[in-house]
Amino acid sequence: MIRLEKRPQPSRAWSMATPLVAVLATMFFGGLLFAVLGKPPVEAIRTIFWEPLFGEFSFYYRPQLLVKGAPLVLIAIGLSLGFRAGIWNIGAEGQYIMGAICGAGAGLAFYPADSFLIFPLMVVAGALGGWAWAMIPAVLKTRFGTNEILVSLMLVYVAEQFLASVSLGLLKNPEGFGFPGSRNLQSWDSAHNAELIAGTGMHWGVVAALIAVIFAYVLLNRHMTGYHIRLTGEAPRAAKFAGVNPTRLVLFCLGTSGALAGLAGLFEVSGPSGQISIDFNVGYGFTAIIVAFLGRLHPVGILLAGGLMALTYIGGDIAQSNLQLPAAAIQVFQGMLLFFLLAFDLLTNFRIAIGKPEVA
Amino acid sequence: MKLTNLLTSAAVALGLAAGAAMADTTKVGFVYVGPVGDGGWTYEHDQGRKAVEAEFGDQVETVYVENVAEGPDAERVMTQMALEGADLIFTTSFGYMDPTINVAKKFPNVKFEHATGYKRADNVSTYSARFYEGRAVQGTIAGHMTESNIVGYIGSYPIPEVIRGINSAYIHAKKVNPDVQFKVVWAFTWFDPAKEADAAKVLIEQGADVILQHTDSTAPQAAAQNAGNVITFGQASDMSEYAPKPRVSSIIDNWAPYYVARTKAVIDGTWESVDTWDGIGAGMVEIGEITDAVPAEVKEAALAIKDSIANGTYHPFTGPLKKQDGSDWLAEGEVADDGTLAGMNFYVEGIEGDIPQ
Repeated sequence: MIRLEKRPQPSRAWSMATPLVAVLATMFFGGLLFAVLGKPPVEAIRTIFWEPLFGEFSFYYRPQLLVKGAPLVLIAIGLSLGFRAGIWNIGAEGQYIMGAICGAGAGLAFYPADSFLIFPLMVVAGALGGWAWAMIPAVLKTRFGTNEILVSLMLVYVAEQFLASVSLGLLKNPEGFGFPGSRNLQSWDSAHNAELIAGTGMHWGVVAALIAVIFAYVLLNRHMTGYHIRLTGEAPRAAKFAGVNPTRLVLFCLGTSGALAGLAGLFEVSGPSGQISIDFNVGYGFTAIIVAFLGRLHPVGILLAGGLMALTYIGGDIAQSNLQLPAAAIQVFQGMLLFFLLAFDLLTNFRIAIGKPEVA
Repeated sequence: MKLTNLLTSAAVALGLAAGAAMADTTKVGFVYVGPVGDGGWTYEHDQGRKAVEAEFGDQVETVYVENVAEGPDAERVMTQMALEGADLIFTTSFGYMDPTINVAKKFPNVKFEHATGYKRADNVSTYSARFYEGRAVQGTIAGHMTESNIVGYIGSYPIPEVIRGINSAYIHAKKVNPDVQFKVVWAFTWFDPAKEADAAKVLIEQGADVILQHTDSTAPQAAAQNAGNVITFGQASDMSEYAPKPRVSSIIDNWAPYYVARTKAVIDGTWESVDTWDGIGAGMVEIGEITDAVPAEVKEAALAIKDSIANGTYHPFTGPLKKQDGSDWLAEGEVADDGTLAGMNFYVEGIEGDIPQ
């Protein structure tokens, strides 16, 4: 008889190994899937994981990994703080949108002025926009005890309506022949979040993501607030006795994650994306939830997970184009990764035992 | 710009390599906004791609990437295709406009074709179809067929292309049925079966017995089928699986001749940047079979409109026409110019409701 036995202590070895095992299992079963679809499995896996990093055109794909990974990491870092304390912000997508709208709006108000102050102003406005949007579920939760999961999620759809509205009205490009969408910030130097070193993909959003990783690490390991976050998540009762103020914690976690998501939106709209449009958001806020868990809610883990996720996106597109793999197969492949991670995660807390349970 | 240089030199190197190694193969890339199985917009573009393969056989190699989000992802996918040696890239959604221009700058030797946009460059052409011509035919049928006098219209985005379609359908429905009323629901998506089905249900509940859609899935057709006495029109693709009813006719986007011609131009080295806007006459817009669910005289009226548009004797936007606010637009016999049509951001007189902004 095979059964699961709870480990007295979570296994450190398995905790470290599961992401790697999950990736290997995904490669294996993903390869099987591709083979069933009649595509060369090894070639497909190689294309997804190897091509962007070391392939012929890696000089282009490597910077793209930063571009794709930075918003994921930035948002996931914010989310992980709350997740650790059991505060569930599911609406980062909405905060990302509001950050982009507020940031771009603050900049476009001064169009076509030429000033080095415009971009910093946009950054502040972006962070505030995301922060304010996250404060809605935070205040409702602390004042009226509403569920932050539902409120933050629903506010994503409200934010999408706002996005459509400003794309068609307030921020619409007056020179856009009636088409929706704002001016392209890439062609306005004062507001353009350009590459800091050409050809590297390094823009301010990447820098911000790296700073966020360091700050989160320091916060969680060296700071009282970080200690409170961890304590509330691991032992809520103990946290209460230790005098943790839950209201302050909710406001802090939701506010921080909102501000970081807003920043991610601002860096995206002023950089790689360039303009506010109805379809500006492409799901970074939701994918970041996966990244946060894939990275074990640990800052360094999130950094790696964001990179891995970006890799599967970019590699997936290359595989689509070069091997004509269907987009749905790539999505299944990405889903497998999370599935296997959660499945193998079981082994951190349980071990597989063979034979009858011992009677104590 | 270092990256630009890198990319350009890579492209040049590739071009040289490609020229030496496989002088005969022209690589054509397609970037799709939806899945190839959407049964509508992207499906028809993919039919065009297949037509290119069928026409030129081993002379061409085609590649595509589906479900590409508008924005940085699109830019990356296009760059990747160009790096991998594509000679010609079709970008098939309005939101790919700026990314197409950006990538085209980096690859001056690669030709780009952007659907439904207005920005061109030496190596970027634009193309679109005069869907509003097909809408005139649909409007004629809708006006005749509605018994509740309420026609439901599922709009995607309030952009000129969609507003043109609504106006054209309304003008021609009104011509044959002065009591007709249009109800427009904006779905803010090109392809989302769930949202489209919801929009169709709402319209049917509000009394619409004819549904026109400017979204790409067959979900509204299914909703109409469930509701019973409602008719619909296939959008972008024939959607004939819902014929003879609810689907009584359709607008089919036929990109195949254009894609074949443009690919040939690249092969022959005669490609030039152009702006193409073709309609029923040129065959880019086709009217799907009008089924027997439509009475013979209605079918005849619809086909008469179609023929007169095709042979150029009639323009769907012919005065006298007023704008929604009552101001004059076209005088008696005057025909709308392409510039106004391309940027159309107003309803014609008689349509209720506002264009969202």
